[in-house]
Amino acid sequence: MSLANAFFAIIKRDLVLALRRRSEVANPLLFFILVITLFPLGIGAQPHLLQAIAPGIIWVSALLAAMLSLDSLFRSDFDDGSLEQILLSAHPASLLVLAKVIAHWLVTGLPLLIVAPLLAVFLGMSTQSLGILLLTLLLGTPVLSLIGAIGVALTVGLRRGGMILSLLVLPLYVPVLIFASNAVEMAGAGLPIQAQLNILVSFLLLAVFLAPWPTAAALKMSIN
Amino acid sequence: MSESLSYQLQANNLSCIRDDRVLFEALSFSLSVGQVLLLEGKNGSGKTSLLRILCGFREPDVGSLSLCGDAISDSSYIADLAYVGHLEGVKKELTVYENLKVSLALGQAGHYSIMDALDRVNLTDYDEVLVQALSAGQKRRLSLARLLITKNILWILDEPFTSLDRQGIELIEALMSEHCAMGGMIVLTSHHDLSIQGVDVQRICLS
Repeated sequence: MSLANAFFAIIKRDLVLALRRRSEVANPLLFFILVITLFPLGIGAQPHLLQAIAPGIIWVSALLAAMLSLDSLFRSDFDDGSLEQILLSAHPASLLVLAKVIAHWLVTGLPLLIVAPLLAVFLGMSTQSLGILLLTLLLGTPVLSLIGAIGVALTVGLRRGGMILSLLVLPLYVPVLIFASNAVEMAGAGLPIQAQLNILVSFLLLAVFLAPWPTAAALKMSIN
Repeated sequence: MSESLSYQLQANNLSCIRDDRVLFEALSFSLSVGQVLLLEGKNGSGKTSLLRILCGFREPDVGSLSLCGDAISDSSYIADLAYVGHLEGVKKELTVYENLKVSLALGQAGHYSIMDALDRVNLTDYDEVLVQALSAGQKRRLSLARLLITKNILWILDEPFTSLDRQGIELIEALMSEHCAMGGMIVLTSHHDLSIQGVDVQRICLS
């Protein structure tokens, strides 16, 4: 009971904080929208080309937007000492970290899902791939947050960890990108996509169960 | 609190080495219920490092620690301690009340309710105020209020008197002697001379 209390208290705290620091939340979303709207301008009036590369564009932008938002996951808690207090709690640090990641996904990942249909229509994506796009984003973006959390936890103690963070995290993002954008592409061509979706689901389950432990351990190392 | 009479913090042969410099070595002490341990020493003599070892943030390079028989790696060790460091550990975008609410959720309820604790540290009527509007001394008192609302035995305080005025210092000293009388123990560093009535104060000078 009290663990559930702590879990939801952390989620609520982070959501309230996000509400009071809107610019930090809006930044990755704005980036996502801007990148996608710039593509048609750059490529010119070639609707078929746009349609063909739409899944890739949207997924690459989502991935970069997720990476852009990562630093805010633990930065302010690290700077003001709240992280020490969270790790000093008698509750398992991995679960409290999971609560933080969930809150982070709700404010940075979920908005991408909400604006994605609009942007997909903008790129001329067909309705059948649109549904699959949303499904892959729903399965894939939490994985990005969970994997990213490990990287941020490792680099939050460094003064300029940004570059190392991208190098650490980007290779781990690639499988998600490949399977997710492939699924959307296949769905557009009317081919079966069960395999890709299964793989994404397994990524998500693995990340939910396995990522919080190394994240908590890395945070303990970082506050040392 | 008869069962807590057996509580004892025991440090055996602790050493801390930082960047090839030995900060302290072969440091042993034991602290029982109702006692205060005051760490003294120059800047950079390893006071904060020792406190962070006691919190479990750092591992001692040599030696071991136990709190009433629990090794530092046990979760019951962590459950019994509360730490106020250089960083206040409060979010400036949250109100005073919201901050304490989160601290309460992370620990176990203690002797004071949130409102009583705010009264005690002279922050009555500040509960709806954003922390960023507080002065440095008020923030410090808020972070000390956290000690009151959660159940804990060992207080670890790193320079608790920083940015407090004279009344603030007297207040914290009163809280500390109250905590010791209720069966708690305290480890702190301070440059301020401690005057706590009726409490057994041990001093260790790190040099």
